[in-house]
Amino acid sequence: MGSMPEKPRHGFGSLVTGLQEVCESGRTKDLAWRRSQLKGLLRLLIEKEEEMFDVLRDDLGKHRAESYRDEAQAPLVSFPATALVVPEPLGVVLVFSCWNLPLGLALEPLSGAIAAGNAVVVKPSELAPATAAFLATNLPKYLDPRAVKVVLGGPEVGEQLMEHRWDKVLFTGSARIGRIILTKAAKHLTPVALELGSKCPCIVDRLDSKRDTQIAVNRIAGGKWSVCAGQACLAIDYVLVEEEFAPALIEVLKSTVKRFTATPECMARILNEKHFKRLSNYLKDRKVAASVVHGGSVNPKTLTIEPTILLNPPLDSDVMTEEIFGPILPIITVKKIEDSMKFVRSKPKPLAIYAFTRNEKLKSRIINKTSSGSVTFNDAVVQYVVEGLPFGGVEQSGSGQYHGKYSFELFSNKKAVFKRSFLIEFMFRYPPWDNGKIGMLRHVFNTNYVLLLLGLIGLRR
Amino acid sequence: MGTMAASVEEISAAAPQALELHALQHLGELRSTFESGRTRPLAWRQDQLRGLLRLLAEKEEEAFRALHDDLGKHRAEAYRDEVWAPLVAFPADAQVVPEPLGVVLIFSCWNFPLGLSLEPLIGAIAAGNAVVLKPSELAPATAKFLEDNIGDYMDATAVKVVQGGPAVGEQLMEHRWDKVLFTGCPRVARMVMAAASKHLTPVALELGGKCPCIFDSASVGTGRNLQTSVNRVIFAKWSSCAGQACVAIDYILVEERFAPTLIKMLKSTLKRLMADSDQMARIVNARHFQRLSGLLKDPAVAASVLYGGKLDAKNLCIEPTILLNPPLDSAIMTEEIFGPLLPIITVKKIEDSIAFVRARPKPLAVYAFTNSAPLKRRIVEETSSGSVTFNDAVVQYGIDTLPFGGVGQSGFGQYHGKYSFEMFSHKKAVLKRGFLVEAMLRYPPWDEQKIAMMRHLYRYNYIRFIFTFLGLSRT
Repeated sequence: MGSMPEKPRHGFGSLVTGLQEVCESGRTKDLAWRRSQLKGLLRLLIEKEEEMFDVLRDDLGKHRAESYRDEAQAPLVSFPATALVVPEPLGVVLVFSCWNLPLGLALEPLSGAIAAGNAVVVKPSELAPATAAFLATNLPKYLDPRAVKVVLGGPEVGEQLMEHRWDKVLFTGSARIGRIILTKAAKHLTPVALELGSKCPCIVDRLDSKRDTQIAVNRIAGGKWSVCAGQACLAIDYVLVEEEFAPALIEVLKSTVKRFTATPECMARILNEKHFKRLSNYLKDRKVAASVVHGGSVNPKTLTIEPTILLNPPLDSDVMTEEIFGPILPIITVKKIEDSMKFVRSKPKPLAIYAFTRNEKLKSRIINKTSSGSVTFNDAVVQYVVEGLPFGGVEQSGSGQYHGKYSFELFSNKKAVFKRSFLIEFMFRYPPWDNGKIGMLRHVFNTNYVLLLLGLIGLRR
Repeated sequence: MGTMAASVEEISAAAPQALELHALQHLGELRSTFESGRTRPLAWRQDQLRGLLRLLAEKEEEAFRALHDDLGKHRAEAYRDEVWAPLVAFPADAQVVPEPLGVVLIFSCWNFPLGLSLEPLIGAIAAGNAVVLKPSELAPATAKFLEDNIGDYMDATAVKVVQGGPAVGEQLMEHRWDKVLFTGCPRVARMVMAAASKHLTPVALELGGKCPCIFDSASVGTGRNLQTSVNRVIFAKWSSCAGQACVAIDYILVEERFAPTLIKMLKSTLKRLMADSDQMARIVNARHFQRLSGLLKDPAVAASVLYGGKLDAKNLCIEPTILLNPPLDSAIMTEEIFGPLLPIITVKKIEDSIAFVRARPKPLAVYAFTNSAPLKRRIVEETSSGSVTFNDAVVQYGIDTLPFGGVGQSGFGQYHGKYSFEMFSHKKAVLKRGFLVEAMLRYPPWDEQKIAMMRHLYRYNYIRFIFTFLGLSRT
C-alpha cells in the first residue's frame, strides 16, 4: 500500500496493517468474495432480527415497527413518486493552480466551476509571476469580474484565503501544502479536492520491432523532457525495464534525446534556484553520480540541467525516494518484467502508471494489480487531454477528479429531488403499531406485493 | 478595467493586513453575486466560457511570452500543453475502471445505529474494500450486537468492528485510511477532518442541519390531502427516533392565517397516532435530555409552547411538543433541535419561506407540502440542500436511486445505492494507445510548421492540417 508519513502513537497499528495486507492480497477485489459478504449480511439481518429489535429498544426505546421501517427500510411506503437528481452550483469556490502548467491548471478548473454555475476565485502560483499577472490582467476583461476574481500573492495570501469558508477548494501542488490546506479547511468543514504529485513509473516491456522501440522512446522522451523539463505531475519519473533489454533502450533514448533537445529552447528551464539546487543535489550523491550514463551537467547561471539518464542508482537515494520533478531519468532494471509490478506497489500510489507493451496479459495484470490515478499504455501524459477520462490521483497522489464532465461534477451539488403524491396513503407506515402493520412492512421489505395487496384489502394478516 | 488591474497590483504589493481586507471584500462581493443568482443562467455560463476562448485566441502571444518568462517554455510546448491539441492521442481506447480505495473507516451515529453502519458497509464491500466499522458508543447494545455478529456472517479478516468512545475514535484517526465516512455532528466532524488532514485521508461527512418544512396550506387544501400531509409530518418528526434524525423535520413554516388549522390537525392526529409513550423512541441519554429541556427553559420559548412540553427525566421521555413562533434568535431556532420539539414559524405569504430558508445554513433536506408547481420550482431553484422532498418527508432516505448527503454545513459526499459504490471506489482512467500512428508534431525540435499543425488540430481544421503536413501550406 505504500509508506505512511509518521508512526501513529498508540493502538490499532496491527489492526490497520493486517487489513492492508488483506487488501494487498487482492481478496477483497474478488467478485465472488464481495457477493458472499453481502449475502452474509443479508443472512445476519434475517437470522438475528429479534436480537436487533431488542438492542434498538434497549438503546433508544424504538418500537419494533419503527426499527423495521427505518433500519431495514421499506421503500414501497413511498409509492408512487418521482425521483430526480438536479445538479446545482456549490457557490463560491477557490482554485489554487500550480506553477508548472500555470495557464492550464487555472483555466481548466475555472471552466468547470463556471459551467457548474459557481463564482470563482483563482489563486495562481506566485512562482510563475508573469502568467499570474497575465491572468490577473485579462480574466476580468474577458469574464464577469463580479463573479470571477484573481488573487495574487504567495503562501501568506493562500493561508489568509483559507481562513474563510469556501463551498469547494481545488488545490494542485505538493503534499506538504496540501496538508496545510486541508487542516485549515477542517475548521470550516470546507470540502477540498487535492491534485498532488507522485513518482510516475514507466514500465517498458521488451519490444521486438525497431519501429515500436523508436516510437516508445519518442513517447518516453516526450513524456519526460518535453513536458516542462520533467517538472510535471504526470511526467515519467523513472523507468523499469528488463536487465537484458536495458542497453538497447538506453541507446535509442540517448539518440532520441539528442534530437529532441538539439536547441536549448526545446526544453523548459528549471523553475528557480531552489529547485535547481534540489535537482543538482540528487546528482551530488556519489553513488548516483556514478550511475549517470548520459548528460549530468548543470548550469546554475541559466538554471538548466541537461537531460540526464541514470542506470540503477541506489533505491534509497533521494532521487529514488522523492518525486524528481526534473529532467533526470533513472532506469531501474528488473530480472523479469513482471517484477516491475511489485516494485511499483512498494511505493505510494502514483498519479499515473505508464507501460509500453504489446502483451495483453501484462496490461490486464497492471490494471488489476496496481492502483493509481490512471494507467496509460504505450504513451505518456496524453491521457491528460483525452475527453471523457477523469483526471486525479488516489492515496498520496490526491483525491477528487476533474476534466470534462468530471469538472462540472466536482463543482456541483447533486441535489436529490423527490416528489410524492397524495394519491396513495399507506397507514401501516405510522403508529400506533400492531402486528398487522409489522406484517405489512415485512411484505413490503420482501417485495411480496401479492401478500401486501391481500393484507391491504383485509384478506390476510 | 483599469481600476481592476490597478487594484490587482495593490493586492500583490500590499502588506498582509491590507491583503486580508481585500480578500474579505472579494468574498463579500462574490457571495452576493452568487446569491443574486447571476451565475445560474445557462446563457451567463456559455458567455463566460466563450469569453475564455476569446481570451486564449486574442491573447495568445502574451500568454506564450509569460510562460516563456516564467519557465522558458517554447511556444510549441506551451500550445500543446496549456491549450491542448486533442488529436495527438488518436487513435486510442479510453475506459474508466473502478477499483476499491483500500481500507476504509466508517463512523456511524447512535440514532440509526444499524442502518448507518450497514448501509455504508454494503457499499464499501461491494466496491471491494476492507472495512473498519466504529459504531457509536451511545448506542452500546447495538454496537455490541455488531461486534458479536459481523464476524460470524462476514469475513472477519477483512471486516472489523471496533468499539469505544471518542478516545478510540481519535486513536483510529491517528492512522491513514483510504477513506473515512463520518456521520454525526459538526463539532466532531471538524476533529475528524483535522486528524485526516495529516495523512491526506479523504473524508465524507454526513452532518445535520435544521431541515425546514414549508407547509403551503393554500394549495394542500383542507380535505384528505391535509390529513395525509399531517400524518407525514408527524411521521417525519416524532416517529423518526423521536425527531433525533438528521433528516427529521426540524421546524415548519406556514402562512399566518392557516396556522390555527394546521395546529388543530396536528394535535388531533398526534392524539390518535402517538397516544402511548411506547409508540415513540426515547431521548438517547441524560445529556441530550438536558439539552432539549434546556431549549424549553428560555421563558420566551416556554411561553410559545402550545401542546405537550411534559418532561420525564427518569424515563428520558419528552412528549411531542408544538411551539408557535418562538423567538428566532433563541437556541431552539438557531441550533439543530434533534428531538420531539416542533416550532411552527408563521410567514405572511408562503413565498417568504424561501428567503427564510436561504438566510440559514444549507440543510440536509428541505421539505415542502404543496401542490403549486411554481412554488415547487422556486424551492428547487432558489434553495440549496442535500435534497428536496415534496409532499412527504424522510422517505427519500429509502430510495436507492437517490444520492444521500449534504452540502455546505450539512456535509459533503453522497452515498446510498450506486453512490455508495462510487464513494468507496476510485475511478481509474485507463488509456490504451497503439504504435500505429505517430504524430511527430508532438515532439521537439519545434518549428513553425509544427505549431501551425497543432493550431489546425486544435481548431479541428483537418484539411488545413493535412495540407500543412504535406508541406502544401505556408504557416
